[in-house]
Amino acid sequence: MSILTIEGLTVALPAGADRPHAIEDVSLTVERGEILCVVGESGSGKSITANAVMGLLPKSLPLRAGRLILDGIDLRAQPPEAMRKLRGSRMAMIFQEPMTALNPLMRVGDQIGEALAVHGAPDRGRVQELLAAVNLPDPVSIARSHPFRLSGGQRQRVMIAMALALEPALLIADEPTTALDVTTQMQILRLIREIQQRRGTGVLFITHDFGVVAEIADRVAVMQHGRIVEHGTAREVLDRPQHPYTRALIRAVPGFPKGGGVARAQGRDVLRVQGLEKTYHRGGWFSAGKMLRAVHDADFSLTRGETLGLVGESGSGKSTLARCVVRLVTPEKGEIYFDGADLRPLSRAAMKPFRRRVQMIFQDPYASLNPRRKVGEIIAEGPITHGTPRAEALERARDLLAIVRLDPGAMDRYPHEFSGGQRQRIGIARALAMKPELLIADEPVSALDVSVQAEVLALLAEIREREKLTMLFITHDLRVAAQVCDRIAVMQRGAIVEQGPVGQVFANPAHPYTQQLLDSIPGRAWTPPDLGEAA
Amino acid sequence: MTEFWIRFARNRGAVVGLVILVLVAAMAVLAPVLFPRSPWDMAGAPFMPPGEMGMLLGSDSLGRDVAAGIAHGARISLMVGAVSTVASLGIGVSLGAIAGYAGGWVDDALMRFTEFFQTIPSFILAVLLVAIFSPSITSIVGAIAIVSWPPVARVVRAEFLSLRGREFVQAAECLGKSRLAIIIGDILPNALSPIVVLASLMVASAILLESALSFLGLGDPNLMTWGFLIGSGRSVIRLAWWMSVFPGVAIFLTVLALNLVGEGLSDALNPRLARGRA
Repeated sequence: MSILTIEGLTVALPAGADRPHAIEDVSLTVERGEILCVVGESGSGKSITANAVMGLLPKSLPLRAGRLILDGIDLRAQPPEAMRKLRGSRMAMIFQEPMTALNPLMRVGDQIGEALAVHGAPDRGRVQELLAAVNLPDPVSIARSHPFRLSGGQRQRVMIAMALALEPALLIADEPTTALDVTTQMQILRLIREIQQRRGTGVLFITHDFGVVAEIADRVAVMQHGRIVEHGTAREVLDRPQHPYTRALIRAVPGFPKGGGVARAQGRDVLRVQGLEKTYHRGGWFSAGKMLRAVHDADFSLTRGETLGLVGESGSGKSTLARCVVRLVTPEKGEIYFDGADLRPLSRAAMKPFRRRVQMIFQDPYASLNPRRKVGEIIAEGPITHGTPRAEALERARDLLAIVRLDPGAMDRYPHEFSGGQRQRIGIARALAMKPELLIADEPVSALDVSVQAEVLALLAEIREREKLTMLFITHDLRVAAQVCDRIAVMQRGAIVEQGPVGQVFANPAHPYTQQLLDSIPGRAWTPPDLGEAA
Repeated sequence: MTEFWIRFARNRGAVVGLVILVLVAAMAVLAPVLFPRSPWDMAGAPFMPPGEMGMLLGSDSLGRDVAAGIAHGARISLMVGAVSTVASLGIGVSLGAIAGYAGGWVDDALMRFTEFFQTIPSFILAVLLVAIFSPSITSIVGAIAIVSWPPVARVVRAEFLSLRGREFVQAAECLGKSRLAIIIGDILPNALSPIVVLASLMVASAILLESALSFLGLGDPNLMTWGFLIGSGRSVIRLAWWMSVFPGVAIFLTVLALNLVGEGLSDALNPRLARGRA
């Protein structure tokens, strides 16, 4: 018998939303000891499905129709008190953001103990047993720690331990690894897999990442606009997708480089960074303070027309390094040669002519555009600052909108009227308005859905070819780096540990950390099938 | 803009406050028409209760019309509130913006300077300033402005600190815009909502401060104000309650109205915070 059966589930959206139902006629089953992945882009209704099962829907999203059966119990017929008992004991949930899911003032052990006590099974020894079960080193001292002492991955393990405390039959994981680094993600995925096999728990795993699906799923359900459009075993869906939407999603997953990587035109160095150091000091006047070496030993150079990928996990210093180049961060030491001139000692005024030639694209399309300005002005602003007449700059902004494939009508609208992908295009247009020679892209696609990500990457590639741009591309996603870059530099704890052509780094990683990163790419064994070009 | 008004109007109290405020302003503007004679002139017998001798709110100990005093006093009270708020916004916003944008030792120095003003009780400082510079409308407005800018500087600095790290500000830096252009063109417009809300509340506290100064006899001797009316009626309050009560009601209503409007503005400008209140 299935652990969870969802039949014809329909959840309404409040009036005035873009569609009448958040999810419509969703039917799924989760069997004992199996992992069902629900995949979809943001807004597809996958989290709503999970929250409906847990009985955690907000009042503004009423459940309209359908049946929810957990291990023979009809969940919709249960009064709130009975639902509360079921949550935790029979079904449990892990959330996306481990940093905020734990009470910061309570010791970790007490929090797990509380989960046990609420359901009437207080037992101190069990807490440590659980912490050991999620592979946390030294359970005794971890149980005594406050959450701030733990890393993101450790907190997510604590959350999993808490979810498993009462041995639920069903575990719902809502994007549990999205906020984690790639190596940590791999550890958590393996942990979930291991626990599920050991205990025979059914897992409903929600994700947007096909790599994660390939890594962990037994069966897959693909959601689009609140409906399940495709449903089957992992192999079927991943290798022989039928529905056009699934095909489009899988086509958007970047593949790995096949050959040795083409070396681009060996021209002059556009950018050469040498001996750069940036150290952050923390602490007040009276305490010793801490030192964080954000960037050190990170020499690299960029040849004209080449794209260098700066890869690393969060905190590796890749963004700091990029921000040093555009002088958003002032390094203490070293040289930044751009076209023969050292940018580091330049004053604000002396830097200004170089601002035209080096431009940056930012990570978060929702934060990188001034919400109080019209799109046309945002794009034209740079050239106007550098002395282009206003009318001419606005005219060029109109052309740029066409280049990034936005309607010229966008000129007089405000950023909040656009989607994330469209905003990122506006950000690209703003950078291009300056006709830069060097473009620094700081995680330009990591906040975007996979299909939008593919469009933006294609746009960047096209512009790079046409404008003969040199690019420094920062990313944590090795698949993206492999697709976009000619050469790759791997950063770890502020230093570049390895660099070389993409094909070489992927095929023969020299540094153990690179090796570890490559092994952690979810679904590495799975090569997306060649589905041809979009029809 | 229409959306803004819809959100503002959803807060009933704010609409009531706005109506009161408009009425007070109308009274101030129309004072010379309604009461063409100077409020200092004798209009009838002294100590007349409200309604007697054609004086709606009675007369004071020298036979002056209390209603005329309130209407003419509204001009001064509102003017003092508005001008001193504009002046203290000028000081507070500039210092807060510089401190928040520059950071580092500039921030430290400016904030210690701000704290210096915050540690002195503001009313005492205002009394002191007015006493030193002799009571006049300029010295009163100046004193109120000097004691009320520190909270503005604090709020603006906090907004600037959080906005400075945002990516759109970094993008503006990358475009090579000047510091002033970034402060005025990019950061300030996004920090405006809390400043507007704060300003509406500051007008209210400025009116209170001015009234308190006048009550103590530190008002401009040539100008009729609400605080002066209360102050002059204070000694005879058991004989003629109307002399103190009506100007008091005027202050109460105006300050209440400004506070209601301030809350409405805060709801309308920060819709996300207001939603929970419903």
